[in-house]
Amino acid sequence: MIHIITTVSRFTMIFIIAVYTYYCFSALGRPAEERGGLFKGQMVYIYLLLLNANAVLFLNTNDIRIIIMAVAEAVLIYITNLIYKKLYSNANEIVVNNMCMLLLVGFIMLCRLDMGQAIKQIVYAAAALLITAFVPIMIERWKMWSRLSYLYAAIGILGLLCVAVFGKVVYGAKLNISIGPVTLQPSEIIKIIFVFFVASMLCIYTDLKQVIITSAISAVFVLILVASKDLGSAMIYFVTFLFMLYVATRNWTYLFAGFLMGGGAAIAGYHLFSHVRTRVIAWQDPLAVVNDAGYQISRSLFAIGSGGWFGSGLYEGMPEKIPVVTTDFIFAAISEEMGAVFALCIIFICISCILMFFNIAMQIHERFYKLVALGLAVCYGIQVFITLGGVTKFIPSTGVTLPLISYGGSSILSTIFIFAVIQGLYKRAGWEAEADNEIK
Amino acid sequence: MRSNKEEIKTPKVRRKKRRSLNREFAVVTYSMIALYLALIVYFCYFVGFQSEAFINHSSNPRLSVMSEHTIRGDIKTSDNVVLAHSDYDGKNETRVYPKGREYAHVVGFSVNGMSGAEKDANFYLLRSHAFIIDRLKNDLFEKKNEGDNVILTLDSKAQEAAYNGMGSYKGAVVAMDPETGKILAMVSKPDFDPSTISQQWESLTSSSSESILLNRATQGLYPPGSTFKIITALAYDRNGRNDNVTFDCSGDFTSDGFTIHCYGNKAHGNQSFETAFANSCNTTFAKIGLVLKKNSLKNAAEDFLFNTDIPTDISNVKSSSFTMDKSANDALIMQTSIGQGNTLATPLQMALVASTVANNGYLMEPYYIDSIENNNGINVKTFKPVEYGRLISKKEANRLKKYMRKVVTEGTGTGLLTSSYKAYGKTGTAEFSSNKNEAHSWFVGFANKNGKKIAVSVIMEGAGAGSSHALPLAKKIIDSYLSK
Repeated sequence: MIHIITTVSRFTMIFIIAVYTYYCFSALGRPAEERGGLFKGQMVYIYLLLLNANAVLFLNTNDIRIIIMAVAEAVLIYITNLIYKKLYSNANEIVVNNMCMLLLVGFIMLCRLDMGQAIKQIVYAAAALLITAFVPIMIERWKMWSRLSYLYAAIGILGLLCVAVFGKVVYGAKLNISIGPVTLQPSEIIKIIFVFFVASMLCIYTDLKQVIITSAISAVFVLILVASKDLGSAMIYFVTFLFMLYVATRNWTYLFAGFLMGGGAAIAGYHLFSHVRTRVIAWQDPLAVVNDAGYQISRSLFAIGSGGWFGSGLYEGMPEKIPVVTTDFIFAAISEEMGAVFALCIIFICISCILMFFNIAMQIHERFYKLVALGLAVCYGIQVFITLGGVTKFIPSTGVTLPLISYGGSSILSTIFIFAVIQGLYKRAGWEAEADNEIK
Repeated sequence: MRSNKEEIKTPKVRRKKRRSLNREFAVVTYSMIALYLALIVYFCYFVGFQSEAFINHSSNPRLSVMSEHTIRGDIKTSDNVVLAHSDYDGKNETRVYPKGREYAHVVGFSVNGMSGAEKDANFYLLRSHAFIIDRLKNDLFEKKNEGDNVILTLDSKAQEAAYNGMGSYKGAVVAMDPETGKILAMVSKPDFDPSTISQQWESLTSSSSESILLNRATQGLYPPGSTFKIITALAYDRNGRNDNVTFDCSGDFTSDGFTIHCYGNKAHGNQSFETAFANSCNTTFAKIGLVLKKNSLKNAAEDFLFNTDIPTDISNVKSSSFTMDKSANDALIMQTSIGQGNTLATPLQMALVASTVANNGYLMEPYYIDSIENNNGINVKTFKPVEYGRLISKKEANRLKKYMRKVVTEGTGTGLLTSSYKAYGKTGTAEFSSNKNEAHSWFVGFANKNGKKIAVSVIMEGAGAGSSHALPLAKKIIDSYLSK
């Protein structure tokens, strides 16, 4: 009986998320009045997935904590909706829905993989939602954000330096810093500060001198990350900076030169550092170094391949054989047990988020906020891309988390923070539009 | 908000500026979308086409779980003879091998680790393409699905001839189709009974077992003996060949204190190169070895994939080795030129040499998994022949063909002279110990009849002259395959 439900659920869950994903994109082409119904429909599908997945989880484990988790998930999603849709009357609903959906998928997979981490994760998420509930209003009302340029730089660089000096070495890279019982991954939070820094520097002046100063300070951020061997984050910061610089200056040459330099640095890094070389070797032919440099990536591909299009079903696969499965490689676990089609839907939901971010950025008139929105969009987009690309062997793996889904307090806090800032900017855009109309 | 004020004052200018700034936004958005599209296409391609190599990998722990849900499929020859089958009584699966010892090495076994086709096709045998409704029904009621059947390229007639012809000798046979690379027969002796492998495991793997489990066809490294003269002939063709030069053979030849004898000390007299090849004249080839440019023998051997991993779907294939370098003395050069010395080749390797010559210089990658069908015999997948590339030029291949034909028409291979097909080959008698009376019997060659081709490589350990043992066996295989 349990087996029957697990097997049938493979298909029903794919169906649920597929319809949800379809709604994300069908909303894009419709006028605002018609969208409301779609978004309510999306919420129904989120709750359906919650029910279906937790039923399977409970039947397979008989663990009473699953039921508590399911209730907690439902409450969390409900309150999030309440905050964003009622308190902030005109929040961007698609972004809120997607945030809930991605969080939910993360909870489901973590319950499956490690109950203890799942419980911690939902506590982190609740805390993050609470902390960031005030962010939209702060972004919308306070005016000082564009003037803090050097303060951002100082905080950011100091934070990263702390990690580089005092950080714990995990998998060869320094990512974390422990303060008492709490382990923080500062680069996750500092990337938001970094975006604010670049936006504040380039929002008014974009002459050569300003560009050089901004580039030099940004280079310090990136170089500290490279020194900590946090290559994934270094890449995220670097690409984010390049795109922000390009949009602010509207100058192709910067973008072009930047990518040339980035490419050059990558080649130099390949020749200089053995840890870069091992990643590239593992990427080129993981099966040739299957128990060595290619261990992680080949285990990930075993899982994705064996799961196939429709997955093995929850508890029917072997995702526990994938290293760091709850953080960097959670996508492989999802693809194995819930199917490649389900995993593709996740990718499309992330794309939908990125498109909404860009859309909001385009609607804002004020350069500072426009650049912030753009920077956060690129930041999120690149992070999702390099983690998915790394897990699937599309690009060499660099070890970053999948935002909102991977286990980790810092990751979840920073991503929810990004989503909250975007909400604030969205409200700001709406407010600007109203002002425009009044003038007319 | 300075910019804001300006914008409000001059809405037209602002709008223009905004539109063009949004062009940069479009660039960023589209590049991001392009990245993701590439990722999605790649991901689908991986899941759809590339993932098999990963799923089927021995380090993937999930394969053992697949066997809990699937009844292992059958293994068959290309002419539909069942070689391996699982009897399932609703609880336990028993693997039976109807043809037993005849296919022991090539089909292999699926317990105590795996080998042969059971290993290389493990994933296909455990995957089910049964009718989807049946599979869903089985899934729901936790019944086992019927796994897919694997069809090998082997020809039961050729295999039977090879196996029976080997008799009680140790040795190996590889037969393949030069134009496709399909393995037609693969025999290794001594053999074992695959259905009782677990009971006999101890004795089969003990040190006194004469390596029964070793597939000599792909892993046995033997001195190639005179069959290596095909490669020496290629090197001679490439540098130094002079059709006007003749070679005088008095039965032995000494250089730098080392003497080479012809087989049975026979003096071949004055002969052309072609005749020397046909007679397998050792003194001539020793002399040629000494006049060849340094490394030209090595280059020729490596062109024929010595010292290289053999491209094939068969696992655990040993590469053949040619180690003679520039510093070699006369004795070693002379020995190496006639296939003694330190050179070692697998029977598969020598089959590839014959196959390449037969196929005008092109090597087709040898393979033995032909296709996959579901439990109802409906084709699921067919593996296509893969061309590895050109190893020698067409001219070179034609000349080697001419030499190998002469072996059959008037040399050591006349046993293959028949009106029913046209055969080419080279015999070999390889010494492997200090006892000159003990020698491996080799034959490497190919034949065609009405466009149907077969290349064979035969070695019979310690049997003696190539013409008296390996060649008659090769003939039986060729006869059985080309007579159909």
